[in-house]
Amino acid sequence: MSGYLSSLLAMLSINVVIAYAVFMPASAGLLNLGVAGFVLLGAYTAGGLSSLYELPLAPALLAGALMSGLVAFIISFAILRTRGIYMVLATFAFAEVVAGVMLNIPALGGAAGLSVMAYAGLPVVVPCAVGTVIFVAWLMRTRFGLSVRALHDDESVAHLFGVHLRMTQVVAFTVGGAIGGLGGGLLVHQFNFIDVQSTGVLFSIYVLLYVLMGGTQTVWGPLFGALFFTLVPEALRKASELDPSLKFLEGGRYMVFGIAVVLLMMFRPQGVITRTMLEQWLPRRGARRQA
Amino acid sequence: MTQVLTLDGVSKSFGGLKVIDGVSFEVPTGSRTALIGPNGAGKSTLFNLISGVYPIDQGRIHALGKDITLMSVPQRVRHGIARSFQNIRLMPHLSTLENVMLGEHHRSHPLQLMGSARATASARRALEDAGLDTFPGQVVADLPYGVQKRIEVVRALMAEPRILLLDEPAAGLNRTETKDLGRLLEGISAKGITLVVVEHDMPFVRHLCNHVVVLNFGCKIFEGTPDDVSRDPAVLEAYLGSAQAMEDSHVA
Repeated sequence: MSGYLSSLLAMLSINVVIAYAVFMPASAGLLNLGVAGFVLLGAYTAGGLSSLYELPLAPALLAGALMSGLVAFIISFAILRTRGIYMVLATFAFAEVVAGVMLNIPALGGAAGLSVMAYAGLPVVVPCAVGTVIFVAWLMRTRFGLSVRALHDDESVAHLFGVHLRMTQVVAFTVGGAIGGLGGGLLVHQFNFIDVQSTGVLFSIYVLLYVLMGGTQTVWGPLFGALFFTLVPEALRKASELDPSLKFLEGGRYMVFGIAVVLLMMFRPQGVITRTMLEQWLPRRGARRQA
Repeated sequence: MTQVLTLDGVSKSFGGLKVIDGVSFEVPTGSRTALIGPNGAGKSTLFNLISGVYPIDQGRIHALGKDITLMSVPQRVRHGIARSFQNIRLMPHLSTLENVMLGEHHRSHPLQLMGSARATASARRALEDAGLDTFPGQVVADLPYGVQKRIEVVRALMAEPRILLLDEPAAGLNRTETKDLGRLLEGISAKGITLVVVEHDMPFVRHLCNHVVVLNFGCKIFEGTPDDVSRDPAVLEAYLGSAQAMEDSHVA
């Protein structure tokens, strides 16, 4: 595989992992604009442990995920008291706090960023992405997944039938945080470097956007969103290189891409992949269920 | 006859407005009790007080031998009280089967896989009993209104209640759908589940219920049989206005 393709696949895999970090709380109706904070926490924890303490890659990645999960668990009690736009702002503020803290720890490189030696290539990154998709798909097929989706639709009715609101939200937020931490660990070891600028507010907005665009009704929405946001800009860039008449796409591809996103949001605000669509596309699955 | 539900001087205010004012009545075990009254009488509010959605200001509620006044909503469900809603409140993005399975959520393990035959068995059986077994995999938002109404009843049944509160179950249904619903509710009642029904459709109430409580402006104005209710002067006045007002309208 060419270097270009392998780096594209690695980036796609990391984007898929981080998409599920946002999907977990989003599927319970919680909008997290602070995924960059969890990614940074995971990246600096995993990167710090592997570079400063020479911890092998696997335990370093695990530690990054656990650290982000633990912090997500702790802050969830405060953040989940807010709703709607206030939750978006609270999670955004959390990411800024994490960035500020990392910037002021000299041992982790401060403003210069953290360089690591260990490398997470495709044999690590791809299985992590596949494992994340399988894990989230499994989780969403359990009773817990049902309660998460019920919360998304109607909190008070879900509560009436015994869904523990706060516990379900805390678990969804914590699992999302841990997945974000794993994504951060993969990111720092894929690029052998991380600094706070690599995952700014725009990063969080992008991830949230592609999860919402893919759709939060099914577990396949974030996968679609990550594929679309990673591959379409690259495809447009490649097209501009191959066909001189499409030269305008070289600089204007983000404009074309932005218009596509606006149109999708206008005509399909519920996201591209919905339950109804899957039921229509997979009639055999529906028939099997009915059997 | 023993009482399955007792309201004793229940009151509720929203700000300065007293919407339920010292209401007391008893629901006999296994009965089909209708709670009727003009719009704004406080019927749905009373349902919300019994199911625990709103806390009560004064009075006590006893159900199934226990004081449930301070119980949380999930505790009341576990205690045997389930309800449906005036406006359909199914989870629109879940399938019929998933919506129904939500009803038994309080007694299931969080990591139980939902796709297994064992996990879905009771929900499928409940759908089959209600004649809804042709829609298990379908997203409920895509189903007809009458079917959704019945799914809501089945979901409440999955909680294995001994008291089932139904808020306007026949509202918006056509004659055939109302008949189907009536048959479903009669079947539920035959299993010994006590029904408490808020309903405006009087023929439906007369056909289904054997005990009627009438509310007006948050107060109980009548309690008795469906035959007696239409002869009670206080009920007639609440529904049609005062005799003088009726006379005036005739003159005009």
